Amino acid sequence: MSEVQTNIKAKAHVYGDHIDTDRIIPGKYTKTLDMTTLANHVLEDLDPNFNKIVQQGDILVAGINFGCGSSREQAPLALKKSGVSVVVAKDFARIFFRNAINIGLPVLEIADHNIQKGAELDIDLKEGNVKDLTAGVTYTATKLPDIMINILAEGGLVNYLTKYGDYSL
Amino acid sequence: MGQTISEKIISNHVGKKVYAGELVVSEVDGCMASDTTGPLTIKAFHEMGGKKVFNPDKCALIIDHAAPSPNERIANLHKMMRDFAKEQGMRLFEIGEGICHQVMVENAYVKPGDIFIGADSHTPTYGALNAFACGVGSTDLAATMMTGKIWLKVPQTIQINCSGKLQEGVTAKDLILFLVGKVTVSGATYQAIEFTGEAFEGLSLASRMTIANMSSEMGAKTGIVHPKGLELNYDFEAITPDEDANYIKTFDFDVSGLEPQVSAPESPDNVHNISNYEGTKINYAFIGTCCNGRLEDLDIAAEILKGKKIHPDVRMVIAPASQSVLLDAISNGTMTTLIEAGASLITSGCGPCVGTHQGVPADGEVVISAANRNFRGRMGNPNSNIYLGAPSTVAASALEGQIVNPKKYLV
Repeated sequence: MSEVQTNIKAKAHVYGDHIDTDRIIPGKYTKTLDMTTLANHVLEDLDPNFNKIVQQGDILVAGINFGCGSSREQAPLALKKSGVSVVVAKDFARIFFRNAINIGLPVLEIADHNIQKGAELDIDLKEGNVKDLTAGVTYTATKLPDIMINILAEGGLVNYLTKYGDYSL
Repeated sequence: MGQTISEKIISNHVGKKVYAGELVVSEVDGCMASDTTGPLTIKAFHEMGGKKVFNPDKCALIIDHAAPSPNERIANLHKMMRDFAKEQGMRLFEIGEGICHQVMVENAYVKPGDIFIGADSHTPTYGALNAFACGVGSTDLAATMMTGKIWLKVPQTIQINCSGKLQEGVTAKDLILFLVGKVTVSGATYQAIEFTGEAFEGLSLASRMTIANMSSEMGAKTGIVHPKGLELNYDFEAITPDEDANYIKTFDFDVSGLEPQVSAPESPDNVHNISNYEGTKINYAFIGTCCNGRLEDLDIAAEILKGKKIHPDVRMVIAPASQSVLLDAISNGTMTTLIEAGASLITSGCGPCVGTHQGVPADGEVVISAANRNFRGRMGNPNSNIYLGAPSTVAASALEGQIVNPKKYLV
């Protein structure tokens, strides 16, 4: 019962290093269960235009330490609701990384990518391959631990635990 | 093969010796969520089929991030938390009881040797207690509340060894800011930190909490202060690393000459000696948070401000880390001193640090804060700038209306 699309071909929105969770979704908007409110303010303090230009299925690309700071799961939720289908970064802060997988937002770690703004990407999530069609380069993401692959395959931790009832390594 | 503190604590929980890199599913000794993460936790708990939390005595909810509620939307989320806690028979810490990390320690929800999971990124604070404590998000916490377990990769450990004693007028906050500057905001990602050496041995529990708290500003999974010198009001068995434990990296610093430190906008690792920023005009001074809202923090501010008035162009906000801290600061006269000096007292909780209410800076304003984060927009306004320093630096700066070295008021 996979809810996760495994092939994604879309445009990349590229940002820099150390994008913290306050920039992904400011703390003042986090106290809500309404995902649309979150999406309306996503990346507001980094790029006020982002939520106007992002299209369903687009790819977010960043540098190192993406999602550092707060543990707020509202950060990956805001990205996912805004239409982002996958986040590619040189590396991720650990709580953001777990949160993204847990809510079914795929994250790919590619330490040496050089993806430029507006690049067209073709991603095979199963293999962890990212083809930069604009630059003509293919990258391979760091493999996730099996348990994360299984959580992502179910569409997130809620579905995983509903199905299995407990963790299995 | 020798083990680090983290490897030992996890091994004790999974019943076999484990080392860095291994994946484990471990039982936890406690877990908690705040009002930023709690409502989503409750939603996920129900969605994943949760009926009863694994043990109501080991689960807690704390209303601290927006307490008391600033609007009807948040009031309804708080109600959702109160209803869930009542239905589950678990403790909910009400508005004003304190910041999650402070009340977890004060009420012994976490003890030495424990594995504790908190839906807040500053959960590593409990490393002050010789515990393995990790921050997670809401869905992970929901799963822990339901199963009593967490899956973890046993982390590699970075050892930070600080020799020498801190000079008079230099505090644990200056030390940890210095270390964050050296290790950087991503220098310990996915890893554990062990803080060891003479500089940590004489520190109070409160100061150790300040140290462990900012492990998360280096990206660490957990940060544990070596238990040598740790004093608690109950007996405990300290967990120490083996002499031949394997560290991925070791930092050695002699901190005997360390000066007060300041982290400038807009990243916690943008740390410099205070002399680089002396004279920077400030509008707003804040003491509080899980990093520096404890009694010793308020006491040192009161020592500096006693019998004086803060600068007329500065406003000062104080948020004690808990009701217990507040009561102690009332009993010993510290609170009277601070208020007479012109400070404004707000409810114990996270307050201005998370930018929700209780003191959002205006456009172009400069804040000197005893908190742990100065990301753009952190305090609710992306057009303001936040400098981080020790409570002593915040108090001295409030007095002069500009960033100043507090040592002249203390030595």
